[in-house]
Amino acid sequence: MTDVPILEVADLKVHFPIKTSAIQAMGQKVLHRLQGSRAAVLDDRLLHPRVHAVDGVSFQVGPAEILGLVGESGCGKTTTGRSVLRLLEPTDGKIVFEGEDITHRKEDALRPFRRRMQIVFQDPHAALNPGMTIGQAIMDALLLHETHDLAKAKDATLRVMDEVGLTPAEDLFSKYPVDLSGGQKQRAVLARAIILRPSLLVADEPVAMLDMSIRARILELLLQLRNRYGIAYLFITHDLATAKFVCDRIAIMYLGRIVEMGPTEAIFRDPKHPYTRALLAAIPIPQPGLVRERTLPHGEVPDAIFPPAGCRFHPRCPVALPTCGWEGHDFVEYLDQRRLHPKQAAADEAAIGEAEGWRSDLFEVRRRVHGQDPAAVASYVRSILPQATEAMVKAVVSVEVVEDEVVMRFRNPDPLLPKNVEGRLVECLLY
Amino acid sequence: MTRLDPLMTIRDHFLETIHVHRPDLSKATAIELAAEALRSMGIPRSRLNHYPHEFSGGMRQRIMIAMAVVLKPKLLVADEPTTALDVIVEAQILDILRDLKRAYGMSLILITHNLGIVAEVCDRTIVMYAGKFAELGSVNDVFNTPIHPYTQGLLASTIHLETKELRSIDGLPPSLLSPPSGCRFHPRCTYAKEVCATDEPAMVEYRPGHFAACHFGRDFL
Repeated sequence: MTDVPILEVADLKVHFPIKTSAIQAMGQKVLHRLQGSRAAVLDDRLLHPRVHAVDGVSFQVGPAEILGLVGESGCGKTTTGRSVLRLLEPTDGKIVFEGEDITHRKEDALRPFRRRMQIVFQDPHAALNPGMTIGQAIMDALLLHETHDLAKAKDATLRVMDEVGLTPAEDLFSKYPVDLSGGQKQRAVLARAIILRPSLLVADEPVAMLDMSIRARILELLLQLRNRYGIAYLFITHDLATAKFVCDRIAIMYLGRIVEMGPTEAIFRDPKHPYTRALLAAIPIPQPGLVRERTLPHGEVPDAIFPPAGCRFHPRCPVALPTCGWEGHDFVEYLDQRRLHPKQAAADEAAIGEAEGWRSDLFEVRRRVHGQDPAAVASYVRSILPQATEAMVKAVVSVEVVEDEVVMRFRNPDPLLPKNVEGRLVECLLY
Repeated sequence: MTRLDPLMTIRDHFLETIHVHRPDLSKATAIELAAEALRSMGIPRSRLNHYPHEFSGGMRQRIMIAMAVVLKPKLLVADEPTTALDVIVEAQILDILRDLKRAYGMSLILITHNLGIVAEVCDRTIVMYAGKFAELGSVNDVFNTPIHPYTQGLLASTIHLETKELRSIDGLPPSLLSPPSGCRFHPRCTYAKEVCATDEPAMVEYRPGHFAACHFGRDFL
């Protein structure tokens, strides 16, 4: 890119604190005393839990470029989209819009930028004020930012309505949202967003709520507007097929991180990150009789309050390495999995007690032993370990008895940095 | 996803379901059945005493399926079973449904708007439009040689990974308060002639087992 990017985001973090009462905090401290007295300090993550919605993402959007932010629900794509417009306050990182750092600008200093950055939300039914006519809704932005001349504003509004296919514009101008279909409402929302000729439009799942038979028309409209006015889009979607069709480049997000980012064509032709591969393999294809070999990742996206260490995808990854960030929590999960087999469940419980008794603390997991020989418990743990995922087994450094506790320790993960792999950025230790 | 009572444990959900249909079974047997059904969905029995909010979306859907199949039904109706789920979990649930079909010899009516799911899971399919059947046939026939113009339009407007060019069907789905006369698709149909606005087309078998409700179905063979 030779041009100055419209948007530059560097190491953006958005965390949402979870309100805990003083009593809950005290409870955590007491629990800490009782259970894990040997861990020197109480983990800050327990005392002040936060949802790590976006946890260090960096990207750029060039002029008239469409960058897709793609991922499953809860991966942080919407939070990213909203915080680059400062609709949500970033916790950390830097947002540069048209060469100006807007990360910490006060709202009134941000106002002149607002007209250059717009957003289209997923639900057109909720995005329009039911008490305002379509014309008013679209014209409002213009009156707010540009002109006080009503006649001029109305003219411009009718023109933009024509452009987005809200015809006859004259008729629809005085209609209320309730009179419009979903597709028409989304066109009105688009008209409102582009009337100020923004340079950046965040489109958050713009077609997800629309009937299948009319989605294509709205997508085509988006592409037309881009070509005509050179608007750059941050296109947020969970639908890889739509992203493939619309975007120039794609960033795949998982649990608050971008795991792979590059030209759309390259990513779909040859996905590099195991998560991207899994996503692509999981999409149902409307072609009967197609037999696909696939190994789906097991389980679901983990809790963003305690995201996994190392690579966040490691607990579900089919090709994980011992260095990917295996931790105490993974061992507890493994014990839980074993309970699916009634015989194993009974044997485990007799020998080492319930899985809940284990307390994981990042790369350590420990259990206090009551009325049993700790050495026997440790050796049982060693004996069931080899049946776990090979990568996890290899990540275990030691299983030892420390006084009345059995402690399992994992190696530290290798540092995970985005690497340039065949023209794209991939955050994975395989490369 | 919201079908589970937030104030009842998973165990109570199962007990209620089983008791309604099989009052003769003892509580212990019922719990055994429940644990076994949960296990087949990859959820350990230790979680029987948990409440719905303690499970993820995918797990709740698996619990719903476990409850539906715990008494080994001959027919399972699954209404958009994966619509609220992410694509990987969706694929997991579809694998489960396929396995169940095979393992129990169970029939499945799958209601969905996602053509990809139909192609991957179903044997036969019915395409509906505005309250009427438009087309019925084997998945192969309907996807590869669709007859009804609505089916053709629907297949063409679906955006999937191989989509090269965007298409859509003109117009909007009709209001069911006053559905169009004759063939309900005629206002949006590019092939519509006079008869389409006046006479309702009957389902005609154009190929063995492949029906369509279109006056001009023969033209599309």
